[in-house]
Amino acid sequence: MDRFEGTSLDCVRSTRPVFRGLDFALAGGGALVLTGPNGSGKSSLLRLMAGLLPAAAGSLSWNGAPVADDPDAHRLRLRYLGHLDAVKPALTVSENLAFWAGLMGADAAQSVDPALDALGIAHLADLPARFLSAGQKRRVNLARLALAPAALWLLDEPATALDAETTDRLRALIRRHRDAGGMAVVSTHSDLGLEAASNLDLAAFAARALAADEAAA
Amino acid sequence: MTGFRAILMRDLRLALRQGMDSAMVVMFFVIAVVLFPLGVGPEPNVLARIAPGVLWVAALLSVLLSLERLFHTDFEDGSLELLALSPPALEIVVLAKVLAHWLVTGLPLIVAAPVLAILLNMPSDGFGLLLLALFLGTPTLSLIGAVGAALILGSRRGGVLLALLILPLFVPVLIFGVGAVEAAIGGFPARAPLLLLGAILAGALALCPWAAAAGLRQALE
Repeated sequence: MDRFEGTSLDCVRSTRPVFRGLDFALAGGGALVLTGPNGSGKSSLLRLMAGLLPAAAGSLSWNGAPVADDPDAHRLRLRYLGHLDAVKPALTVSENLAFWAGLMGADAAQSVDPALDALGIAHLADLPARFLSAGQKRRVNLARLALAPAALWLLDEPATALDAETTDRLRALIRRHRDAGGMAVVSTHSDLGLEAASNLDLAAFAARALAADEAAA
Repeated sequence: MTGFRAILMRDLRLALRQGMDSAMVVMFFVIAVVLFPLGVGPEPNVLARIAPGVLWVAALLSVLLSLERLFHTDFEDGSLELLALSPPALEIVVLAKVLAHWLVTGLPLIVAAPVLAILLNMPSDGFGLLLLALFLGTPTLSLIGAVGAALILGSRRGGVLLALLILPLFVPVLIFGVGAVEAAIGGFPARAPLLLLGAILAGALALCPWAAAAGLRQALE
């Protein structure tokens, strides 16, 4: 079973310390829910896990091997979902998804339709994405997750702009992913109700960063 | 390789659907060149003398005009961070986007250039070399421009900054590009400037994707 761990991670944005001394451990099938007030570093931690942001100190490891040693392999096993939906207005919904499927090496002809079904947007397939509402764009972005399996999902407030029915679909998507042995890290303000998820409150680590910064000054 | 193809086809499809971007670059090229006969007067000898230089400078500025948007739309809508996290290396992503950029801006410029050369009364001996030199030179402009376009991401007034960063780096292409055409018109061998243009292209092809990818990683932090 896969293991994804972070030890004594520090995060600094420009000169501002965001959090300090953060540890987490996650095993295959597990989920980690990140909570904390605005600005406590939930998004920064997810970007750090994705490798978009280097850690100021500490390290990430996958099955015991440092992630920094092989960033290419890390990219292959993760799916990241950020605040922006990355939906091209000039392409249709299915063209948008077919592009990402092709990039992931999945067969677009076979993977796009099930992914659209999983998010309940099959009826929008041939609509140019510029006509979509914010919630519909979000669903297209979420459908990306269903295109091809990956070991690690990093979801930054995935339920934003979603209605209750789609939030259920998202929950089902995450459950299916975990049942297949995948792991998920989800930042959220509203309780998504994931079963057997561990909770990481970033407020304490953010306060620690602030205290250390003031002591240094 | 499949990733390279996927990005190339997506960018070409986007350019095709929003055809104005590419058309505007060619229109700018035409208008900039047409301004010269109006400015320096219709004397055919003068125009023939300055034709290679005018065409190259106008081509340079046209390419520059289109570069700002090379990564900007992907950066703004979040596609760029997903591209950076997708299986193909970021250098391959850059290369695919540069090739798409050249196909929709560089290639139309090469097609328009001979017509404008006739307008400027350029001696016909230089036509073949003009096309060949543009064919070797414009991909270099796209490649060098990609580095600048990556560096200005997230900055305000990026367009002006881009011009200041990139135009000095375009100078070698300008010198040898004009040199090749003038050599052909004057009856000298154009081999040396063409080889140099080719060498600059080879160097840019090897170095620019890495530099641009480093700039993109910086912008995404």
